[in-house]
Amino acid sequence: MRFIIAIALWIIPVALFAQEWEDRRLFNAQGTALRLRIISSTDTSLFAPVVESFVSQYPDISVEYLVIGTADINEIFRANPEAFDLVISSAMDLQLKATNDGLARPVPDLPHPAWAQWRHSLFAFTSEPAAIVINRDAFAGHVIPKTRQELIEAMRARPEFFNGRVGTYDVRESGLGYLFATQDARASDTYWRLMEVMGALDVQLYCCSGDMIEELADGTLAVAYNVLGSYATARIELKDTIEIILPSDFPTTMMRTAMVSVDAPHPEQASTFIHHLIALQSGPDANILPLPPLNSKLNDVKRATITLEPALMTFLDALKRRRFLAEWEDSVIQEQP
Amino acid sequence: MKFLLVEDNQELAHAISSRMHLDGHVVEHAATLADATAFVETGEYDLILLDIMLPDGDGRTFLKAHRASDLDTPVIVLTARSQISDRIGSLDLGADDYVTKPFDHAELEARCRAVLRRKAGKSRTNITSGGIEFDPVAGSMAVRGQSVTLRNRELRLLELLINAPGQVFSKQKLSDRLFSYDDDASENAIEVYIGRLRKHLEPSDLKITTLRGLGYRLDNDA
Amino acid sequence: MTLRLQTSGSLRNRLAITLIGGAAILALLIFFAIRNYATQVALQGQDNILGASVTSILDAASIQNGDVEIDIPYASFSMLSTPFDDRIFYAIYQDDRFLSGYPDLPVATISDGEREFHSVSHQGEVVRVITASRTLIGSGKRTRIHVALAQTQDALSSTLDQISRTAALFGACFFALAAILSFWATSTTIGQLKNLTNSITKRGPQDLRPFEKPVPSEMAPLVTSLNSLMERLDHSLSQSEDFIAEAAHRVRTPLATVRSYAEATLQRVEKEENRQAVRSMMRAIDESSRAAGQLLDHAMITFRADHLERQDVDLVELVHELVVRMTPIADMKDLELCLQSEDKVSYSGDPVLIQNAVRNLIDNAMKYSPNDGKVDISVSSAPELQICVCDSGKGFPIEELNTLAARFKRGQNAEGTIGSGLGLTIAMDVARAHGGDLHLSNQAKGGACVLLSL
Repeated sequence: MRFIIAIALWIIPVALFAQEWEDRRLFNAQGTALRLRIISSTDTSLFAPVVESFVSQYPDISVEYLVIGTADINEIFRANPEAFDLVISSAMDLQLKATNDGLARPVPDLPHPAWAQWRHSLFAFTSEPAAIVINRDAFAGHVIPKTRQELIEAMRARPEFFNGRVGTYDVRESGLGYLFATQDARASDTYWRLMEVMGALDVQLYCCSGDMIEELADGTLAVAYNVLGSYATARIELKDTIEIILPSDFPTTMMRTAMVSVDAPHPEQASTFIHHLIALQSGPDANILPLPPLNSKLNDVKRATITLEPALMTFLDALKRRRFLAEWEDSVIQEQP
Repeated sequence: MKFLLVEDNQELAHAISSRMHLDGHVVEHAATLADATAFVETGEYDLILLDIMLPDGDGRTFLKAHRASDLDTPVIVLTARSQISDRIGSLDLGADDYVTKPFDHAELEARCRAVLRRKAGKSRTNITSGGIEFDPVAGSMAVRGQSVTLRNRELRLLELLINAPGQVFSKQKLSDRLFSYDDDASENAIEVYIGRLRKHLEPSDLKITTLRGLGYRLDNDA
Repeated sequence: MTLRLQTSGSLRNRLAITLIGGAAILALLIFFAIRNYATQVALQGQDNILGASVTSILDAASIQNGDVEIDIPYASFSMLSTPFDDRIFYAIYQDDRFLSGYPDLPVATISDGEREFHSVSHQGEVVRVITASRTLIGSGKRTRIHVALAQTQDALSSTLDQISRTAALFGACFFALAAILSFWATSTTIGQLKNLTNSITKRGPQDLRPFEKPVPSEMAPLVTSLNSLMERLDHSLSQSEDFIAEAAHRVRTPLATVRSYAEATLQRVEKEENRQAVRSMMRAIDESSRAAGQLLDHAMITFRADHLERQDVDLVELVHELVVRMTPIADMKDLELCLQSEDKVSYSGDPVLIQNAVRNLIDNAMKYSPNDGKVDISVSSAPELQICVCDSGKGFPIEELNTLAARFKRGQNAEGTIGSGLGLTIAMDVARAHGGDLHLSNQAKGGACVLLSL
């Protein structure tokens, strides 16, 4: 058994090399005792403070931080769970299913609210809402929509203006996008109407919030839907260019989650990292970190937060997913006249 | 002395009576409580000898009645019962003393004497003769006015002689009366006592004469 | 003397053990009953939820454009959420063809409309699986949908543990209460027995009155038997006493007659050999009557000593009374009885027994004293309570000093004197009954001394 693992560990770096990562950074190269491998969907710039704080406390550990999209994380991780110590992703549904399928390792003795963790294996550490982000100029002089319904009306009012300038996640490719979309659809029919409207306006589809924010900033997009509010807020320099609107009709909030791989090469240190991460995010200095901490104080937020429960697997069911995607494609991808 | 003997056993009563007679006492005999009660009502006695187990009742009933009747004739109880239980019964009820059967006559005599002595405060039975005053009950003697202390046997010897003046008592007879049959008394013992009595009587007119081979006799030389 | 009763078991222990044993068994039964029942309810609970969930899934099945669509409601899995985050697995089959879910989840074969529950091991954990099926009819064909839904039992286990603990707590509480109750019940019941025992024990040895205090009905037969036993005993005792008195009377009265006549005869007979004969007769009579008297005394004394009833008496007064009574006899033999004592010596004992013992000693002393002798009697409280009777006779033979008091023994010195040897024995018995002793010694100036210490 050990022999196989040894070979696997030897092959993995090679395999990893072959993979195309969005970002790849090595923290604390001097830490020679061991190397923790983290696969994550969080932009490095937003997560770096956490890693840096960790390696400063454990100088003999180096951390390899790999960034890729949430759907790819799911695929890659399931294929080689022994290749990674930690999996951090914003796609709660995929993370929960991975935990349900026995791919997560329990982290004992970590006090954490029951609604923010599952089976002591999956730990949520942020509260991040889905937002409507607009280009300020695009709405200069017009009413800024506060709800999805208002957005629909705003778009219907100036169809030529918005044509090709509305954007959202491509739910076929983005795990987070699929999560947001399915939760919205569950909540209300307004979602489907919005999708139809956007589909008629030649909606642009993106893999990630970052890209949408960029195109909003440079004016390519007038409005983007279901953007990660936290990412937009993090771009302080754009606060005059773009505006972040949290829809007031039914706000959707996701929790970013972390888990230790069941086959992690360094399970103890990985556990320690999780302890550290939770401590930071729950501690008094949490506001300094770029990602918003778990927020249980506002009841509204808690209610709208997507619940970490087995029901998240519903939309991952093959049949159900097929059905949803078919409907989504029908709405969003329309033959342009 | 006049005695009332209350005893249902005829033979024993006869034996006691005859022995008492020998001593010079008068004995009347009642065989039942009823008779006893009748006797006491009509006669006066110096001492009552009372048997406990009588055919018509317990002697103690008689005793209680006797005491209640204000008569203070002394009572000596004759009992065959165990000494322990009767001590409580009889003495508490008012008997002056008790004697258990079978008893030594000498003991009965001694106890009678003791009881009578205790009661004799009122009447003194003095025998005055030849210069001496002799109270057999009190057991005291005065010679020419001088009181003399007599030992017990000396007293009894004197009593025997003085009650039958002029009579000759053989040594044997005296021995029988003074000593228990069981006593190791030699004939010399009598001589000793006679001698002692003689000494006491010297100042008086009474003399004890020795009759060789016959015995002794008390004479009044006055 | 009381025979040491053989005890077999203890009523209190037996009662306590039975009650507590019963309580323990009941507690165990309660524990198992509660646990089983609650377990059933809990298991049923999980099964019910699984059933509801699978129903909602099956209900969401339909045929759309010839294809089977199962629009699993969000609530189906939502309702399977537990505080212990139990994992769930499911598998959906259409006519034996896998549609979606977990392909390795075992599905039971069942007929339409049925549902089956079973527990299997899946991915290293025990899961509870429900399998249900439904037939869909559409576009002219029938198709059968099988759904297997499974859930781990972490929450259930936790619930069961809690149930066990609660049931155990109930059982333990019940047991504790029952034990306390048992002890209390045992105590009160045994207490009744103890009360009766105390009442009887507190009675004096002579108290044979029937026991009259009210007792519980179960003890009534015992007390009734006890009372009737005491009545028979009392009757028997008084019969014995009466018998002894009667025997005494019947023996002594004729003896008295014979003696009186013998005495009278002695007065009249002159021939020496006849006199000897009569004397022998009288001696024999005296011995037999003395023997009878002492035997009867001894029997009475033994009885009294066994059940010693002490009173407060003044020993000096007691002995004085005795001396006064015996003085006439002493006078007969020209013996002097001399009493020396302190003013008052208090003691708690049986006056009848003590007087009897001292009388025997004085009697002995008078017997063995020569004429004109002296008997010294002294009563003192130091160094210990004692009554001392000394005569002026020949004294005890030295080698016999220790054995003389044994019953019926007469010393060598006693040749020629009448009296059974019981006198010393009686005195010794009385002394011992009071916790004291008898001590024989010879005086330096001649004569024997008997010391009765209490």
